[in-house]
Amino acid sequence: MSESIDIINAFALLTNFVILPALSYGSQLALGALAVTLVYSILRFSNFAQGDSMAFGTMLTIIISGYMISRGWTITGVPTALLAIPMALIGMSIYLLTMDRLVYRYYRKIKAKQNIIGITASIGVMFVTGGIVRFVLGASAQRFGDGERFIFSVREFKAFTGLEQGIALKTSQFLTITVAILLVSFLFYFLQRTKTGKAMRAYSDNTELALLSGIDPDKVVRITWLLVALFTTIAGTLYGLDKGFAPQQYHLLLLPIFASVIVGGIGSPIGAIAGAFLVAFSEILLTYAYKKFLIYLLPLSMHPNSLVQLIGTEYKYAISFVILVIVLIIKPTGLFKGKVLDE
Amino acid sequence: MNNINNVWELYKTPISFVIMGLVLLFVGFNQSWALALGIINLSLISAIMALGVNIQWGYAGLFNVGIMGFAALGGVSVVLIAQQPVTEAIDAGGMKMLFSLIFGAVTIIVGVLLNRRGVNKWLTALIVVIGYLITRYYFSEAAGLIEKVNPAITGYLGGFGLPVAFSWVVGGLAAAGAAWWIGKITLGLRADYLAIATLGISEIILYVIKNEDWLVRGLKNVYGLPRPVAYELDMQKSEWFQNIVAWIHRIELNLLSETQKAVQLTDYVRDAAVVYVKLSYTGLFVLILAAFIVLSNLALNSPWGRKVRAIRDNEVAASAMGKNITRQHLQIFVLGSAIVGVAGALLVTYDGIFIPTAYQPLRFTFLIWVMVILGGSGNNMGSILGAFIIWFMWIQSGPMGLWLVEMLGNYIQEGNTSLEFLEDRVHYLRLVFMGTILLLIMRFSPGGILPEKNKEL
Amino acid sequence: MAYLEGNNLVASYGVVPILHECSVGVEKGELAVIVGPNGAGKSTVMRVLLGMLEATSGSVTLDGKDISMLSTQDRINHGLAFVPQTKNVFPSMTVEENLEMGGFIREDDINKTIDEVYELFPILHEKRKQLAMQLSGGQRQQVAFGRAMMTKPSVMLLDEPTAGVSPIVMDEIFSNILDVKKAGMAVLMVEQNAQQALNIADKGYVLVSGRNEHTGTGRDLINDPIVRKKFLGG
Repeated sequence: MSESIDIINAFALLTNFVILPALSYGSQLALGALAVTLVYSILRFSNFAQGDSMAFGTMLTIIISGYMISRGWTITGVPTALLAIPMALIGMSIYLLTMDRLVYRYYRKIKAKQNIIGITASIGVMFVTGGIVRFVLGASAQRFGDGERFIFSVREFKAFTGLEQGIALKTSQFLTITVAILLVSFLFYFLQRTKTGKAMRAYSDNTELALLSGIDPDKVVRITWLLVALFTTIAGTLYGLDKGFAPQQYHLLLLPIFASVIVGGIGSPIGAIAGAFLVAFSEILLTYAYKKFLIYLLPLSMHPNSLVQLIGTEYKYAISFVILVIVLIIKPTGLFKGKVLDE
Repeated sequence: MNNINNVWELYKTPISFVIMGLVLLFVGFNQSWALALGIINLSLISAIMALGVNIQWGYAGLFNVGIMGFAALGGVSVVLIAQQPVTEAIDAGGMKMLFSLIFGAVTIIVGVLLNRRGVNKWLTALIVVIGYLITRYYFSEAAGLIEKVNPAITGYLGGFGLPVAFSWVVGGLAAAGAAWWIGKITLGLRADYLAIATLGISEIILYVIKNEDWLVRGLKNVYGLPRPVAYELDMQKSEWFQNIVAWIHRIELNLLSETQKAVQLTDYVRDAAVVYVKLSYTGLFVLILAAFIVLSNLALNSPWGRKVRAIRDNEVAASAMGKNITRQHLQIFVLGSAIVGVAGALLVTYDGIFIPTAYQPLRFTFLIWVMVILGGSGNNMGSILGAFIIWFMWIQSGPMGLWLVEMLGNYIQEGNTSLEFLEDRVHYLRLVFMGTILLLIMRFSPGGILPEKNKEL
Repeated sequence: MAYLEGNNLVASYGVVPILHECSVGVEKGELAVIVGPNGAGKSTVMRVLLGMLEATSGSVTLDGKDISMLSTQDRINHGLAFVPQTKNVFPSMTVEENLEMGGFIREDDINKTIDEVYELFPILHEKRKQLAMQLSGGQRQQVAFGRAMMTKPSVMLLDEPTAGVSPIVMDEIFSNILDVKKAGMAVLMVEQNAQQALNIADKGYVLVSGRNEHTGTGRDLINDPIVRKKFLGG
């Protein structure tokens, strides 16, 4: 290890252990948070089943990709899970539409206090969904990624740049960031430019007037669930490729996802994305042990003995919570002016 | 038909409870009294929790998704109050831990004060961060020292060695404190903020319990918590108890020879001791539950309670009358959580051990919710009935699932892997089952079994 | 027979009767105003005409055809347009998107109609990329009218268009309404500000407790001493 101050290696270290992981984690959260935002804007309730729905979508991907691998339907270098997503998407759409038909639609029709009823109902759906996932796949953690693990590995990077500190780009990270950019662009294009997308915004903005304008509410709701299926399945699969699949962990993703949504301002898509990256970066920056980083940057006499970790990794979900609390105290509308009070 | 409906409408509360009682008697005669009493005791504790949640949800529409956390705080209190102190651990790191906690508290207070005074935000943040780092430094050192003391048996500070009944009060106070803090931040904002905040705090409380070994031994569990009632072994040894058992079973015993009699009597005494201990708990829990019901009824009929009901029935009108809804909601939220905390302490007292991994959101938060909604939100008697029904179903659905799998097994040949698979996973179906019950009640009978009478005035 | 007509309408909310054989009508190129005290059933008439509330008896005809059995949606397809009293724009959408949403059900090219709206309300063209919530009260009311006109309706129903606005904005809105009328539509509106509304109206209906109390041209009603005394404050 060098004894002089070494900014380039310090930066490489930070990129490898903080920036890349936070970017991909943030992207996964953003996709989940957008799904919550969509349900909130159109169906007017906070969907507590989001984490478990992501587990459900991932479960479908795991089953289908398992079958594809057993049949030898794979492409070298590409995670089979990615190829399984379209099929999983169909299954997820059917599941969500069925749940809407059996559970949520009734409360829309009787015009119940949608947020409070929706939360209760979605908690019911959360347990049903979580139960199915655990019944099918068990509760223990598993990995389902195959194909190349790295776009480039630490060794390749070191050989290429000659740096002491390497950077690896995992396939899952690369996929997550690329797919997230594509999906978010698609969503914004869809909402801003297409007639159906505009109709959804109109419905969210002023439901009565949307009905008077001849917008079909059932169609808006249907398309919303299809979008939610898309975002949920992909967010879940990408998270699983990156960090492995465990039902309880998915269930708890609810905390950072809701923190993202509320930090950004409930109902605002841009806010949800900004919130997701804020939460992801806070979580990783605060739980990262800075010892090596500081060794690169400080003269020998000041090298730290301890790990220089601000918060233990076991408390990472507490960070989402603390961010949530700070936002609620300082600016309950979130960064992008969401809706603070029930209508 | 009409007559039956009328009778049901008039007497549905007693009828429901009598039916539930008969079912439990049936369990007692057919399975065992220990099992029936076990179900009753846990139903009673669940009923107290459900009562707390009902006060929040039924009286004020407040969404507590963190019941588990408040119950866990109650459980921690039992350890911290009733366990004997571990003197070596206190000598090793007690002072340092105390110092770091005080330093942490001072940091927070200074931070809040500076912020209120409008001191430069960055300066305040810097002071808080430095304070945090110092706290954390001493804290981890102290925690390390404490956890090193005989980790196989202790490795934590222990408690104050006070009578266990104190811990129930402290459990309630701890839960009330957490609820006050959460409520202060989220009440008055959107309904889902409270829900998500309670969910968050409850998970965090659990993380703290599982990871801070110096406090309650983390995942190593705390065994041998003191009891408020007699121990089985003592009962078996005591002469008067043996005499009573002998008297109860005198007819059966008289048929036997002297040697057989002694053996049989020991058996009877062992069983009776278990039943006796459970019965004493039953008595205790019934007393506490009754006290809470009486208190909550008194409260509801006081001027305070009339205000609560006015707000519940028409929030808009009440706020137009200048009633401070947020403050009222905060009071209700704190009260309800305190009751949940007491119930959590009772539960750990009853179990006699503290197992952090036993705190599952399904077992606590969700089941209690289903109890309240099934029984009839807003109705205290409903919550109690719901607690009995749901806990009974919960206990019996485990064996029933296995039984189903066995029935299936008769049709599938031996050694089939799918059967093992089913046996392994079938208990997860309880989640699906309970979720479905909740959704069905909400959809088809939103009032529950015993709907609150005066909900719509 | 008038272009849009409600004949002997009877309606109730649950068990509370609201309308008792009430009749209204409006011709193309004409402005009819419904006035009356609070609770007279003014807005209810409008809801019945639109099919948002079902009449127990009586009929609604449009151009001589009975449309009583049609849904709100179908009535809008047949040429009715409605501007609600409040929440009559999509606040977080641009002016142009508001107009597009107004023409949502149309399959043909709506750009021509958008241009016509801009011609009628030039300020909207200037602010077409702005969000509706950033506009002033009067401008927002123009967006609301414009949105309703996007289906190229033959009848425009307005529910208290001047509720809660300042007198200056009120004048602006009334002049907008006259513009809409000039475009050849039948305009029927419910108004609280009876004096001003009757001033510009071709026809007026005074409703009391769900019954037609007085009917006549706007001028006649204003000059009618009983109407003046009871409803126009002397």
